[in-house]
Amino acid sequence: MRRMSWFNVTSLTIGFAVLYLPMVILVVYSFNESKLVTVWSGFSTKWYGELFSNQSYLDAAWVTIKVAVAASTVATVLGTMAALVLVRVGRFPGRTLFSGMIYAPLVMPEVITGLSLLLLFISMGVDRGIFTIVLAHTTFAMCYVSVVVSSRLVTFDQSLEEAALDLGCSPFNAFRLITLPIIAPAVISGWLLAFTLSLDDLVIASFTAGPSATTLPIKIFSAVRLGLSPEINALSTIMIGIVAVAVIGTSLATKRAAVRAQRDEQAAARATG
Amino acid sequence: MRKFTLIGIPYLWLLILFLVPFLIVIKISLSDAAVSIPPYTPKLDLSQGWAGIIAFFSALDFENYVFLSTDDLYWKAYLSSLQIAAISTFFALLVGFPIAYGMAQAPDEWRPTLMMLVILPFWTSFLIRVYAWMGILSTEGFLNQFLLWLGVIDAPLTILNTQNAVYIGIVYTYLPFMILPIYSALEKLDTSLIEAAEDLGCSRTKAFWLITVPLSRPGIIAGCFLVFIPALGEFVIPSLLGGSETLMIGKVLWEEFFNNRDWPVASAVAVVLLLILIIPIVLFQRNEQKQREAGK
Repeated sequence: MRRMSWFNVTSLTIGFAVLYLPMVILVVYSFNESKLVTVWSGFSTKWYGELFSNQSYLDAAWVTIKVAVAASTVATVLGTMAALVLVRVGRFPGRTLFSGMIYAPLVMPEVITGLSLLLLFISMGVDRGIFTIVLAHTTFAMCYVSVVVSSRLVTFDQSLEEAALDLGCSPFNAFRLITLPIIAPAVISGWLLAFTLSLDDLVIASFTAGPSATTLPIKIFSAVRLGLSPEINALSTIMIGIVAVAVIGTSLATKRAAVRAQRDEQAAARATG
Repeated sequence: MRKFTLIGIPYLWLLILFLVPFLIVIKISLSDAAVSIPPYTPKLDLSQGWAGIIAFFSALDFENYVFLSTDDLYWKAYLSSLQIAAISTFFALLVGFPIAYGMAQAPDEWRPTLMMLVILPFWTSFLIRVYAWMGILSTEGFLNQFLLWLGVIDAPLTILNTQNAVYIGIVYTYLPFMILPIYSALEKLDTSLIEAAEDLGCSRTKAFWLITVPLSRPGIIAGCFLVFIPALGEFVIPSLLGGSETLMIGKVLWEEFFNNRDWPVASAVAVVLLLILIIPIVLFQRNEQKQREAGK
């Protein structure tokens, strides 16, 4: 085994310390007694209590979750369809425009996406609210989903689906029974990506929300603009905790599934060999 | 028929919610500001058919764009966005490269964990990661407390609400974008090349500059663009960490729209920002294309 030089060990240690220290400090000081976020005065969970007794935060959290679930689900369906078009359907009129519209939102500054959607909703006379945020989030999230799913579709053996079609399967059933189970991991991670993108988004939501709907990022932004707040520290800790549990859990689950698949393969190889 | 629906639905969605909004931005950028709701006078009236289109072209002026070029706020904002994005990209490379290099040198069984540790911050809210630095960089913040305790400084430094805080914020939040492409380039690097160079009398440092750096160049280029492009239009970081003197075009657009309610100028700012972005995006695409071809 290679041994790591002291240089590599130090750069990794310092690098990861810089990546994680800000979040660790945030979490530790969410349990601070004092109203002053940067001065430690004793352990307390009172800011969590304050947070949960503040109805406006709970309302905003609920709006955010509703938007994220709706937007990521629609985005997954549309993004998977777009990925199928990009990978499977050969030439058709307007293909260049189509793939351009898939990739452009990935690099588009959020302020421009937000502004343009707001101007659209106003010129169409649509009342802004949860519905318009969902439309906006779906549009940019579907592009991310289609990138994730199409990278899986490229490596997919198309002859499996052709065999099903030859054996009398309808195209939709062939997709449902053969293709979908195989690309399912990519579709799921596409959904998760879309979900977190929607959960996180401040700029596009601020443009498209209107006065009637407030999402959690909008609420957090307007609070932290005025300075540090212990309640926001508590809220951030909860959000960081949920993400850490979800990501670590998913990666352990996929690792276990991979190990099991490998074992099954070996068992099958032994049985046939 | 099935193929038609498959193409049609996402196509239509993107046309209505991506392309049309964009054309509206261009249209409004050519309109006049007005005190009304919505606060602009449209110049293109499609309900009049051809007559409307002809009237639009005969009265076409670029006064909002002319305004952008005469008021030096916008020039300064574009230039300082470019400068801030470039400096932050440089520092992100300086910090990110050693981390990516260390990851590529790490024993195989550590790598998935290290990978996960780099990706994990991606899943945490961007806003929270920026907010975390407000507590560190403020005058009574943790960095000042620490430096005072060490005795390096006598009086607290002012970092929050300055340009330096913006650099720190951008480098921190976009660091994973820099690390991942460099790591994936370094991981593929054939170490026997370096061993060969060393056997032939090359020093370690020289082998690093002559072999490792050139071979990881596509990763370095990709990482730099992935930091530079989003940093250019950044809004959250300059408005939370930057001060009143920090000019970034994303923030200017936001203020023009929400505070001044000047929609035509905000739209013109957006169009110009996009024109500026086209160059790095095209260069980035070309780099990716070259890598894909090299991969085949």
